[in-house]
Amino acid sequence: MTPTRLHIFRVISISTICVLLLASLALSQDEATPTTNLSTEIDTVIIEVAAPTSLIATDHKYDNGERINLQWVPSIDDLPGISTVVGYRIYRQDDGGAAEAIADLPAKANHYRDENTELGHTYIYSVAALTDGAEFVSNPTESISPEREWIDFSKRYLFLIALIVGGAVIYFIEIARRGKKLFVRKIAGLEAVDDAVGRATEMGRPILFIPGIQDMDDVQTLAGLTILGRISKTIADYDTEIFMPVSRSLVMTAGREIIKSSYQTAGRPDKYSDDMVTYITDEQFGYVAAVDGIMVREKPATIFLLGAFFAESLILAETGNYIGAIQIAGTARPAQLPFFIAACDFTLIGEELFAASAYLSGEPKQLGSLKGQDVGKAIAMVILVIGALATTIGTAWNIASMNSLVDILKTIFSTS
Amino acid sequence: MKRQIPLFITFFVGTLLIFSVFIPPMETWGENFTLFFDIIAVFAFFLGAGNLVRVHVGKLKKRKADWGFSIVTLIGFGFMLFVGLLKIGNPGGIAADVTAPGSWFQEMFNYVINPLQSTMYALLAFFVASASYRAFRAKNREATILLIAAFVILLGRTPLGMLLTAWIPDSLSFFQIPNMAVWIMNSFNLAGQRAILIGISLGVVAMSLRLILGVERTYLGGDDNG
Repeated sequence: MTPTRLHIFRVISISTICVLLLASLALSQDEATPTTNLSTEIDTVIIEVAAPTSLIATDHKYDNGERINLQWVPSIDDLPGISTVVGYRIYRQDDGGAAEAIADLPAKANHYRDENTELGHTYIYSVAALTDGAEFVSNPTESISPEREWIDFSKRYLFLIALIVGGAVIYFIEIARRGKKLFVRKIAGLEAVDDAVGRATEMGRPILFIPGIQDMDDVQTLAGLTILGRISKTIADYDTEIFMPVSRSLVMTAGREIIKSSYQTAGRPDKYSDDMVTYITDEQFGYVAAVDGIMVREKPATIFLLGAFFAESLILAETGNYIGAIQIAGTARPAQLPFFIAACDFTLIGEELFAASAYLSGEPKQLGSLKGQDVGKAIAMVILVIGALATTIGTAWNIASMNSLVDILKTIFSTS
Repeated sequence: MKRQIPLFITFFVGTLLIFSVFIPPMETWGENFTLFFDIIAVFAFFLGAGNLVRVHVGKLKKRKADWGFSIVTLIGFGFMLFVGLLKIGNPGGIAADVTAPGSWFQEMFNYVINPLQSTMYALLAFFVASASYRAFRAKNREATILLIAAFVILLGRTPLGMLLTAWIPDSLSFFQIPNMAVWIMNSFNLAGQRAILIGISLGVVAMSLRLILGVERTYLGGDDNG
């Protein structure tokens, strides 16, 4: 190959390589460009929606200065079914600082309660309507500071009712202290306590006391233990054996103290043993299995089920029924009462559980509290009759005054 | 003094918590006192666990009846305590949550305790059947009414109730068994339950006042007038 030909060949080769390189570069750019363009198009397509309007921030009434209520009119584009608004975001400026998002709410929301405000701080709020990828912020509120109220006047009727019922209880306790005899109706379940203890004594079998499965912070457990205090005195007098399996440690210590002091009062401290009250387990059905086992093995003549019971009520009561024990039960859980009524010999229904200790003590001041309770019941009955009549007449004949009376009663007795 | 201090604490805390309902700055006090209770209850748990071990060890030593069950109880108690405290098998190690998935403690709970509890709960169905059989006997007028009401509700809650009375025209739909069941539940049952609840609420008020004022002292043990 001559030098001239060689030069021409080199030029052609280099040119070809350059063309190929340029072509491949162009091709690679062509492949990348459509994606980039498409992505840009998607990012930049923003559907505009109207921002929420009429945003108002108000101090929450009757609190400790920890709450501010917000209310707004949702975006006019927040329509049912075809809404492009996916939700709302609440922004808050604390003491003139930067706006911070404090909550996200679903579409159609029109109010929010900020429960994390602090006394002495000033806040400015705004609400943004959210779409896919954009926010449309409302005008901010006026600056607002939460205020503390010292008395919750929204509970004035509750206070009044508590005052009347509590006052009646205290009044009758005082009347009874002065020696006035008060009549209290007979409660069959409590009249049977002595017989039930006597039966166990005669049969030479133990008494089983089950105080429910709740702890000492439940008033039903306390009621059950106060009854235990009365019953254990009779048991100590009769020198009968008592066994109390519990599912809470604190109930165990309280139960031991009560039974121990009853044995001391009866002059038989030597007969008392810590083994009379035994902790089983906190687990509901583990406790039930253990107590059922005790029932079947020991065959107690008498069983007391007094306290807070749940699903285990019928399992325990039916096992007691199966072994032929006389059973006295009581709870303040309405859902469990039918089970006890079906399976036990005597049932203390709701309030009777709380009245039992006072009833068994026979002390005038304790019985006085029951009379005070009756005043509350009488008031409730009168209000119920008035309310039922007013609702019936108001609805049937559309009498405005009756409907107003119903509204007033609802305001007074509503707890919400 | 042994009784005066608890009585004073009961009066002081009880009164304070009544007022906390009506005074907003005190509204969280109730929750705080509940936390105090929880802390005390945790410490008291040691007493319960100690008692459990003491009772079952005593049973074993004296070879009391059914002492074999005590072995099972003590092994179960010891094993759960061991795997729980040392977090055996816990994927996150000793610092992780004791109930983390995969930990032996959680596995024991899922595959032993839970099935056992479910088994006990399942017994309820049979007990309901036996209790219902006794309760719904038409012994007298009240029991007969109860039986009829129970029958209507039972049928009304099953497809059979709808099937039996589907032919009744809409104008007389009240007489369709499901509607009658709803009526019994919403009228008689609800009224009865509310009456009981009102009584319970008033009973709680009276009982609480007796405790706060120190009129009721039996729960403290000892002489009533002490």
